[in-house]
Amino acid sequence: MRAYVLELDHVSKVFPVGGLFSRRRLTAVNDVSFALAEDRPEIFAVVGESGSGKSTIANMILGSERPSSGHLRFGGVDIATLRGRKAREAFMARVQPVFQNPFEAFNPLSRIDEYLFATAHRFAGADAPQRKHEIADEALQRVGLSMAEIKGRFPHELSGGQLQRIAVARALIPGPKLIVADEPVSMIDASLRMSIVNLFRALRDELRVSIIYITHDLATAYYISDRVIIMRKGIVVEQGEARAVLDNPSHPYSIALKNAVLPPDPIRASAIIRARGARATIPVDGG
Amino acid sequence: MQQVAATVAPGQDTPQDTLTIDRLKAYYINEHYGIKREIRAVDDISLVVRKNEIYGLAGESSSGKTSLIKTLAGAIRPPMRVVGGSVTFDFGGERIDVYRQPEKMRAARWRNLSYIMQGSMNVLNPVRRVKHSFRDFALRHMDGANFQQRLEAHLQRLQLAPTVLEAFPHQLSGGMRQRLTIALATICEPEFIIADEPTTALDVLVQQDVLALIKEVQQRLGSSVVFVTHDMSVHAAITDRLGIMYAGRLVEEGPTAEIFAHPQHPYTAHLINSLPRIGDLRIRKSLSGKPPALVDPPGGCRFHPRCPLAIERCKTEPPPMLPSKANGRVACHRAGEAEVA
Repeated sequence: MRAYVLELDHVSKVFPVGGLFSRRRLTAVNDVSFALAEDRPEIFAVVGESGSGKSTIANMILGSERPSSGHLRFGGVDIATLRGRKAREAFMARVQPVFQNPFEAFNPLSRIDEYLFATAHRFAGADAPQRKHEIADEALQRVGLSMAEIKGRFPHELSGGQLQRIAVARALIPGPKLIVADEPVSMIDASLRMSIVNLFRALRDELRVSIIYITHDLATAYYISDRVIIMRKGIVVEQGEARAVLDNPSHPYSIALKNAVLPPDPIRASAIIRARGARATIPVDGG
Repeated sequence: MQQVAATVAPGQDTPQDTLTIDRLKAYYINEHYGIKREIRAVDDISLVVRKNEIYGLAGESSSGKTSLIKTLAGAIRPPMRVVGGSVTFDFGGERIDVYRQPEKMRAARWRNLSYIMQGSMNVLNPVRRVKHSFRDFALRHMDGANFQQRLEAHLQRLQLAPTVLEAFPHQLSGGMRQRLTIALATICEPEFIIADEPTTALDVLVQQDVLALIKEVQQRLGSSVVFVTHDMSVHAAITDRLGIMYAGRLVEEGPTAEIFAHPQHPYTAHLINSLPRIGDLRIRKSLSGKPPALVDPPGGCRFHPRCPLAIERCKTEPPPMLPSKANGRVACHRAGEAEVA
């Protein structure tokens, strides 16, 4: 049998909505299954709009949300069966998050290097300041920064792109097998965005880390991911090899999503907008 | 400039300028314990927006694009101050200098000049029905007779059912609310509309509808629109001309199609070339460094520390704005060499 880093086996998540006595249920994730192979690290994109359940999947993989049914297995072990602090920490060291907004991910009153030292202490067993410094510097070198650049700096002194790279460096310190990145570039300035995207590719190829890349942006998903699932209202509508799916989507929703991507080309993009305006029936989607 | 009679129908090719910004400088001026700090958010910008066109403003965070639109709308507060230059509107022959005729400007608000904002939830009053937001915003700027009928007719033209007037904002989807803010901004048929990131908070599937609606309304009214977004694909889809801002300055301007085809400034070239495209797997590069802090911008050309083409001259001599080969203007000592970068 093939070994998997991560396996989602018919995972569903149902949230109760409304008041205490309300019986309404919202199925945020509905019967999702996929697996990332141990021997072949990859960038796995989860694409969807708001309300598609993509962030709920991220929370479940990180262990901060339990599935209502189905199993998530990490390295063959069901995440729900982890008991005790030791087991939880060993799991957290192997699965690391990168969040959407780097400005909110860091405490504005703490120095950036403190984060890296704390992670080095907790997850890499470094006690001596010298050793912490080495570990932090090594992780920063991986993302194209160095301790010399960030020592003693506060979050507000750095750009979003730099902060996001530091967030990735921090995630690398425990030596993870899997990074879960939830919309990691949507808050980053355009001129710096590609530095993060290209970094994920380097992590996959050089450190052999698998990456779950959660996004609404089909263009970057096409650019870096190996496989993709497209989600709508908790259901996977299409999945497969990224280029194959995005070059020739077959589900109507995937096609609509692809057509909604404006090409960075004034002639084609303005023609799309004109065509849309000419169609006199804009659906009224309220209610 | 040639004066064109106000009777010319909109939609015809009459290059009349609705907005003229001349050497505008607006700084945030702080004084702490006697130490004066200036943040040059809008630094010596000149541009015109013609009648019946959508003028795009592109730039990253801290490029000064939001400061620029606040300044041109006369909506700035201390510590920000206009320290030089002028902003002049021309509403059908009536010229208003924003900073010398504030009372005329007040009268023109919403009637002649309106805004479409990013957070639609912040525009529509969350605890009142949509119709009350329309009353609060628009009624005082227009003739009150038949307000309800005119409102409904206006919504009809924007493909919105009159029943939405009875709804509360939280009952409507994000795309619907954004359409209502467009309806709100256009009900007085203004000559000039400022759109500040109107599609950024929307889901991709709704984005095109909202852009199409803005374009359609703009063409029907023959208004001028200043459209601000950091998303170059949105600029490609909707703007007629495009201005690129970097660190408080305009670095390039020209017809959108020509800028995309032949970017003259290395920064513009980077913005366009770094966009990933479906069906194209070439490696996209990122610029080194970060956008400069406006408190202490680099000397010479502000882009030089990050510029792949920078030479000695760029470090000391700020490049002047000169006519470009892309049928516009560009401020760069090495203009045109970046096309293939």
